[in-house]
Amino acid sequence: MIGIVDYRAGNLTSVARALQYIKQPFEITNKISQLSKMTHLIFPGVGAAGDAMENLHKAGLVDFIKDWVRAGRPLMGICLGTQAIFEYSEENDTPCIGLVPGVVRRFPDGLAKEGMSLKVPHMGWNEVRLVGDHPVFKDIPEGTEFYFVHSYYPDPAEDHWVAGTTEYGISFCSAIAHGSLVATQFHPEKSGRPGLNILVNFCHWRLADAE
Amino acid sequence: MLSKRIIPCLDVRAGQLTKGIKFLGNVDIGDPVEAAKNYYEQGADEIVFYDITASAEARDIMIDVVRRVAETIFIPFSVGGGIRTVEDMRRVILAGAEKISVNSEAVKNPVIISEGAKAFGSQCVVLGMDVKRVDRSAKIPSGYEIVIHGGRIYTGIDALWWAKEAQRLGAGEICLNSIDADGTQVGYEIELTRLISTNVSIPVIASGGAGEPGHLLDVLTRGSADAALIASMVHYRTYTIDAIKGFLHEHGVKVRRRW
Repeated sequence: MIGIVDYRAGNLTSVARALQYIKQPFEITNKISQLSKMTHLIFPGVGAAGDAMENLHKAGLVDFIKDWVRAGRPLMGICLGTQAIFEYSEENDTPCIGLVPGVVRRFPDGLAKEGMSLKVPHMGWNEVRLVGDHPVFKDIPEGTEFYFVHSYYPDPAEDHWVAGTTEYGISFCSAIAHGSLVATQFHPEKSGRPGLNILVNFCHWRLADAE
Repeated sequence: MLSKRIIPCLDVRAGQLTKGIKFLGNVDIGDPVEAAKNYYEQGADEIVFYDITASAEARDIMIDVVRRVAETIFIPFSVGGGIRTVEDMRRVILAGAEKISVNSEAVKNPVIISEGAKAFGSQCVVLGMDVKRVDRSAKIPSGYEIVIHGGRIYTGIDALWWAKEAQRLGAGEICLNSIDADGTQVGYEIELTRLISTNVSIPVIASGGAGEPGHLLDVLTRGSADAALIASMVHYRTYTIDAIKGFLHEHGVKVRRRW
């Protein structure tokens, strides 16, 4: 069963509805006793890093998530969930969970492309250039776009964490994969069929497939 | 690079799809859930629902529509019309919408923007602006005035000022509707769109006046819009979203082509 980690960070129903659609049993909970019984965890979230980390600490989930991933169990971060697994976020100057070495940075002011200034938040559909052939990101044709909405982006300290990159004035890391951890800055649950494919791949991902 | 978004707008009355011409003479043209599914499959990047009913009973029907849409399509969609409180917003978000758009309600009670942004994040709060061209004056320096209740009431508020104010209050996006162009199918209000879009840092969706793909090309390039709302041109099956995107792509506009 898939556990959706509930830490009061935005709306989890869209992830739940996507899992329903792909006929994947799931439970939304913040209870460690329940989450421990799951095979896979999805760690979503929208909102601000400061509040998110505060809620995670209150629910006792910071160490739980760290231990889960360190034990080699599959976890998928989405959007704010992805940012929360880094060491630190510039948003509200927030120390985060620290599973991925690196920092979550704000898009710089004055981003521009061909003389047009680029807006922040980065909102809408953009391409993800996948690197490698991770089982969770398989069968995604080159040039496929996914739905993003964010003002901060993940910046891993080491390249081997990067599973995909996206251009928005700068090139940033939009997908992460390492061991039993995968994470996306975009919203697979809101990215049409290619996004649903990623969720199916994750739910069917067995550790034997891990790199 | 980020693609320009093509967004069909569905006006819903008592759970049925309608399309008004200059807000008069609406005719029912079908089931909104089916229409949303159809546009999702055609490659819509997002969908906007506008609930034009007012009664509490009809509102429950709308919540049910939102829930069924959320189970059927997996792209962002927003819901507007009659949202007066953060509690109204919460109901629609829990039913499965990503974004809530506030229009007349925000003019009367701007705090709903900041409260909504605080409760659900700026990305959830879209400011819908209905705008009419007027003579420039000390009060309306941009020459564009905010109107409410479908264009029947002039508010004395300058459109450019309101756009910046809404951004300051925490709106995550602006849906900019020209009442002059709405339903005419002769093209978007390019000057207005460019004025607003280049003066705020949040995305602007152009609305009102689309009749052919060239109109979208114009507003997404000269008008600097981040997204374009369409209605009649797809509701009456004159064009498919795929065909519109094909046209934009041929003319050098980046749009999402694979879904």
